[in-house]
Amino acid sequence: MDDIQLLAAIESYLAGEMNPQEQAFFEALRKKTPEIDQMVVEHNMFLHQMDSYVAYQNIKHTLHHVHQDLVETGDLYEGGEVSTKVQVVQLWNRYKRVTAIAASVGGVIALVISGLVAFFSPVSGNQLQQLSKDIEIIKRNQQVQGSLINEVKTKIPTGVKIVSGGSGFLIDAKGFIITNAHVLKGTSAIVVDSKGREFNASIVHIDNQKDLAILKINDTDFKPFKSLPYGIGKRNADLGDEIFTLGYPRNDIVYGVGYLSSKTGFNGDSLSYQIQISANPGNSGGPVLNNNGEVIGVLSTRQAQADGVAFAVKSKNIHDFVEEAKKSDTALDNIKIPVRANMKGIERKQQISRVADCVFNVKAFSQK
Amino acid sequence: MKAEQNEQALLKGLANNDSKAIETIYKDNFNMVQAFVLNNNGSYDDARDIFQEAMIALYEKAQSESFVLTCQIKTYVYSICRRLWLKKLQQMGRFSNQIDNLDETVPVEEDLEIHEKRNAEFAIMDRAMKSLGEPCKSLLEGYYVKKMGMQELAEEFGYTNADNAKNQKYKCLMRLKKLFFSQYNIGE
Repeated sequence: MDDIQLLAAIESYLAGEMNPQEQAFFEALRKKTPEIDQMVVEHNMFLHQMDSYVAYQNIKHTLHHVHQDLVETGDLYEGGEVSTKVQVVQLWNRYKRVTAIAASVGGVIALVISGLVAFFSPVSGNQLQQLSKDIEIIKRNQQVQGSLINEVKTKIPTGVKIVSGGSGFLIDAKGFIITNAHVLKGTSAIVVDSKGREFNASIVHIDNQKDLAILKINDTDFKPFKSLPYGIGKRNADLGDEIFTLGYPRNDIVYGVGYLSSKTGFNGDSLSYQIQISANPGNSGGPVLNNNGEVIGVLSTRQAQADGVAFAVKSKNIHDFVEEAKKSDTALDNIKIPVRANMKGIERKQQISRVADCVFNVKAFSQK
Repeated sequence: MKAEQNEQALLKGLANNDSKAIETIYKDNFNMVQAFVLNNNGSYDDARDIFQEAMIALYEKAQSESFVLTCQIKTYVYSICRRLWLKKLQQMGRFSNQIDNLDETVPVEEDLEIHEKRNAEFAIMDRAMKSLGEPCKSLLEGYYVKKMGMQELAEEFGYTNADNAKNQKYKCLMRLKKLFFSQYNIGE
């Protein structure tokens, strides 16, 4: 038997972990060989030493802590100035009841107020995150790309403040763009296409309830398209449909892919879909397309606490929304929304490059 | 009668390493010991060391089942501290022969002898542990001090399974024993 096995046997014997048979065998062995007996005695004594050593370490540790605590509370004095920490602790001990009462009164009031606020304010607040870009982000991007923007002579008027941004896409080849209402917090906007060209645009119709808005490009630089590669679907998409989106979470166009995960949106909202896709601030207003190159929705919000859960306004609403807009503004009468996509069965890369031309980076600003 | 029971409860707490009880004993006795040490050529640090030493001696005494304290905790702690401090002063050659404060004391020489013997043993164990090196030291500490299971240790130290860790533990234990007994037997 080698030493390790022997030691293991001795330890389990001393710990009383052996079964009776093993124990009897071991005891016989012990009687027979005085060396083993000696080892057992020695090991027992050693384990005992270990135990008291451990206990000794522990008590030393506790003593040290108690001492430290008592010095901190000011119960012990070890010379030198009484540190401010000690004074604070002493003051705290003296006034902790008063403080506790004040704090609990404050706490109750805070609870009541937050309860009231939570009760009266709409739910969507913090659970849903609108995917319009923060001003800060845009600012930063502008700083980073400052020189670049200056070179190409931006069309953003001087002295205005960019307040929000996002994505948008053409619904009519003549230059009508649809986006989310929350993307357009300002009074006016410019749109930038995937090649970096800027065009002036005006907000022609906005509906905060549906969270949709129409922009019209009013710029001589803009050359109307012959036709749009995609159609805006009228029927509901199916669960599990593979989808993709293009948008501007940064200044360059970004492609994302996912699937339709629910036919209803946040809290059962029947006007939107739930989709599984990685969406970021700036994706708002971008198109959500299926494999056939048909727009099935407008990417609008994501669930703040959940990863990859986003919501898109159903494309059917675009049709309703435009019809409504036509009633109030005759200038919109000539909008013709394409219904049929002509990208069925072509490769994804080509679909993307054709769609990308029609997706714009929207930057809304307001005059100071 | 009540005070006596109270003291017994405190000692029981001390024996179980209960920080509440230790805090109470600390609060009741430390200032007295500190004053004594400070009045006799000692510093704040000396006072702390001496007091904690006395607490450990009391702890050891409180651990034995048959233990009954025949005097107040205060008297006992004071006696031990006094003894320890006088000894230290002697060692440092600072003994002035005229120790102030002739409070009531109890004879503690025997207890102190036991305590010193144990201290020496702990010092040997401490040295053995320190010269053991890693990972043996942490492995044994994990098993004996932190009472971790073999599986846990295997994970923590990156052994493929509990058996490997166990094997390693025994190897380490053998080395520790060798180191310990080489010192211990000389001491005897």
